[in-house]
Formats: sequence, structure tokens, C-alpha cells
Amino acid sequence: MSLGHATPAPPATTDEIMAVVAARELRGTATCFVGIGIPSTAANLARRLYSPAVVLVYESGAIGAKPLRLPLSIGDGELADTADVVVSVPEIFNYWLQGGRIDVGMLGAAQIDRFANLNTTVIGDYDAPRVRLPGAGGAPQIAASCGKVVVVMAQSARTFVGELDFVTTVGHGDGPGARERLGLRGRGPSVVVTDLGVLRPDPSSRELVLTAVHPGVELATAKDETGWELRVARDLSTTVPPSTYELSALRALVAEREPRR
Amino acid sequence: MTEILALDEAVAGLVHDGDCVALEGFTHLIPFAAGHELVRQGRRELTLVRMTPDIVSDQLIGMGCVRTLVFSWGGNPGVGSLHRLRDALEHSWPHPLEIEEHSHAGLANRYVAGASGLPFAVLRGDAGTGLEGRSPHVAEIACPFTGERVSAVAALHPDVSIVHAQRADRSGNVQLWGITGVQKEAVLAATRSLVTVEEIVDALEPRPGATILPSFVVSTVSCVPGGTHPSYATGYSERDDAFYASWDAISRDRETFLAWMAAHVLPGAGGITP
Repeated sequence: MSLGHATPAPPATTDEIMAVVAARELRGTATCFVGIGIPSTAANLARRLYSPAVVLVYESGAIGAKPLRLPLSIGDGELADTADVVVSVPEIFNYWLQGGRIDVGMLGAAQIDRFANLNTTVIGDYDAPRVRLPGAGGAPQIAASCGKVVVVMAQSARTFVGELDFVTTVGHGDGPGARERLGLRGRGPSVVVTDLGVLRPDPSSRELVLTAVHPGVELATAKDETGWELRVARDLSTTVPPSTYELSALRALVAEREPRR
Repeated sequence: MTEILALDEAVAGLVHDGDCVALEGFTHLIPFAAGHELVRQGRRELTLVRMTPDIVSDQLIGMGCVRTLVFSWGGNPGVGSLHRLRDALEHSWPHPLEIEEHSHAGLANRYVAGASGLPFAVLRGDAGTGLEGRSPHVAEIACPFTGERVSAVAALHPDVSIVHAQRADRSGNVQLWGITGVQKEAVLAATRSLVTVEEIVDALEPRPGATILPSFVVSTVSCVPGGTHPSYATGYSERDDAFYASWDAISRDRETFLAWMAAHVLPGAGGITP
């Protein structure tokens, strides 16, 4: 193969687009509370590409973790070994998160509603679950106390629902004033990044509005995959596709995540 | 005064059917060997408290040891579901399982209140969630000074808390470092405690940042090197991520699960770890 005719890298997958777009949301972030999965991938990508000084905080108590490989769990030794400090679980939640010291939280969910409330507890009836999910973990307090929240999840009529089967985590409650009434001091979800596009809460109604679709995604698809009548921004944009630079950094990061034997 | 006992004697003396037993360790230092001993001794009707039920909880639930699970996040981190937990909740196998769930902050603060000798702890963030009202141990209260609404969580007092640590001295002073989780609070909140350790040494070398559980709060120490596998002990072992991944297939099917437990955990099996 001659130089200049190298096989082009394969196009970005939907997971890769989600991770890159979520990472872009962390530009300028000083402190980020990180969950496992795509949120962790996005946060670590942001640290490599946009915000090298970002302090990554994991609920296992690792503050300032700088993992060389993506952790499988929030309590991997790599996180503690590379952290500035490791504190106990009560301390991370009470002093650092509840104390209002974290700028951005990143969360995923199994279900979301039009006000960005999240369900990670159960699908179906609580007492006779169709699918039992892991539960709350740190999510309610991450959403309560971080300055703002970036939600990353795949979008479908099954995940974007008219009514949650269980409210695990309050986003914008039932609309304006709900967070204040509940004593939730952070601003709540500021963006939802999906495999189809990007949604942001309307500043006055707090309802999610589709503000961008990813390249190749039809607006009709985004509407069809939403279980309520989706509001669309008048200036709906198309996501800038992941650059070669972003994609190669992401792929290098993911390639390092091989289970240790 | 701390007793130093073999694991089987320690578990037999400390844990009885129907007890409330906390097994703590936040990804790191999970007391697997002690959990397996509970299975071998056929403990029943336990209330198992664990913030992050993972494989050891899946094993205890699948073997029918647990009546009630008190928890805040139940899954195989980075891998997926706990199939034995889900089978118990979705299909009542091997028998119905009651649950009481919290947020991480809620359950951590229940231990803090228990360790502090207070009736409850306060926090933000449970308000407005479905967790309120599901648990008899979460309630909204007004701050007596400002009137602000906050959540209260009731103190938790396990009959026994079981944790794993790096080392202890011969008097039973315990040293634990790395990700320390909620183990100190779990031990201080409990009536009795068992600490399994990687090694027992003549004198504990001081370590910055290490948690010390002085012998007067530790009922029993058992020396169980490797007793946290497939979790890990900083300074002694690494997390066996491959085993966590393989548990998905082992636990998905009831017969495969039972065969695995028979081969690796039950009396006469090869050992405490795969």
C-alpha cells in the first residue's frame, strides 16, 4: 500500500458519535463526576482532547483520577493509583458531591422522560418487574448537586418514554420550579446526547428540545423514536461529525481497555 | 479483645440464621471468602446489606441464603446484570427475595448514622425520587433552623459487618488502604464484626491515608490470603476483570450456576476461588 492511499478509517459508530459529542460538552470543565460506560469513555476522551486539567471524580472516592486505560468498574485500582487523593464513600458523597464542588456530572439511563427525569431501577411494575435494573447508585445525588448534568443514552421509543416506570433520578421534575421545590441545588440536566442527536431543556418550560441531529439521521427518525411529541428547535443543526483526530484518540483509548488476566 | 480464628470458626460463631449481615467493599476488598463460608454453612433468612451487590451477593442470593437485600446499586460493573438477583426478583427463584433500596448516599449515610450513635442522617437528592416511600427508612424532614426540606435516612445497625483488609497485627488492629469505601462505618455501626485479612503481622507499619480499625472495635480477625478474589487488595492482588466478565455466562443459567458453586464453593470443592 502506497503512502497517501491508506485505507480510510471506518466511519464512526453510533457509540463513538455519542462519546465524542459528550466529550465536547466537557470543554472548559474543571471537575467532572464520572459514571461507568460511555460517560467514563467520554470523560476520559475529554481529558485527552479538550480539558487536560479536568479533575475526574469517581464515586469510589478517587478524586483526580488519571487512568491510562479505561476502567471496567468505578473502583478499579488504576483509578485509586492515579488519583490525587482517595476518600471514603460517605466523604465523596457528603463533602465533595453534596457540598457543591463538582461542575459536571455524566449519567446514562434506561428510560428518560420529556423533563429529563431518569429511570435506572426497573422496567415494568416495581413489585413484579419485567426487567430489574441495577438501581440508583450515585445518580440521584449526581443530578441533585453537580453544577449541571450531561446525559448520554441511546434514543428509542422504548427509552424515551411518556412516563417513567420508576423515577430514580430527578432531572427537571414536572417543569419550572420543580428542582427548587425539592431542594436540588445544581442546575440539572443541561444536555442529552443520544445516538440520533442532541437535546437541551427549554430555558422556560424545562422540556427537552431537539437541537441537533447527527449526520445522516432524519428528523422523522428522531421523532419516531421519542415516546412523546418531540419539540424541535427552529434552528435545528447537524452535529459536526467526529474528526479524524477525535476518532483516533477515542479508538486508542478504547483499544487500551483489554481485561487484565 | 479481638479473637483470631479460622474463617469457618469465625463465621460459625458470629453469624446466625436470620441475622442482618453487612458485607462491604466498594469494588475493592470485597469479602468473597467470608461470603462463600456463609454459603458453605448454609446460613438462611439473612438480611444482606451491601451498597453494591455484585458477584458475592449473586452467589448468596442464588444459593438461597438471603431473605432481604438492602442495597443501592446491584449489577456486575461494566459487564451487565446480576442474573441470580434478577431471577430472584423476576421469578422468585430459588425463593422470593425482599428488597429495600437506597441511593448510594442514602445507604452510606445510614451507616454513618449507625456509626455515630445517631437515630438518622440527613442528605439531599432523594427528594422527588421513587426511593422515597418505597423504603421505611427514608423520610422527608424540615430543617429545625431554616425549615428547608431534606431527606432523613434511619441509622443502620447490622448484627454483623464483614469486611476484608490488607493486614492486621496479632492484637487485632486492622490496617486497610486504597479505596476504603464504607467499611469503617459498616464495622462501627455493627454489633459484631469480622475482618478477613491478607496477612497477620507482628507490627503494623504506619501508612499515610490508611484506615485503622483498632482491635477494640473488631470482634474477630481471620487470615484469608486471597480472600477477596476476584475483587482485589491493593498492594497484594489485582482485580480479576476476566472473571467478572465470565460470571455473566456462569450465572445466566440456574443449572450452570449450581454446578459452578458445587465445583468451587460448596464443601468438598477445590477451594474458595475459581
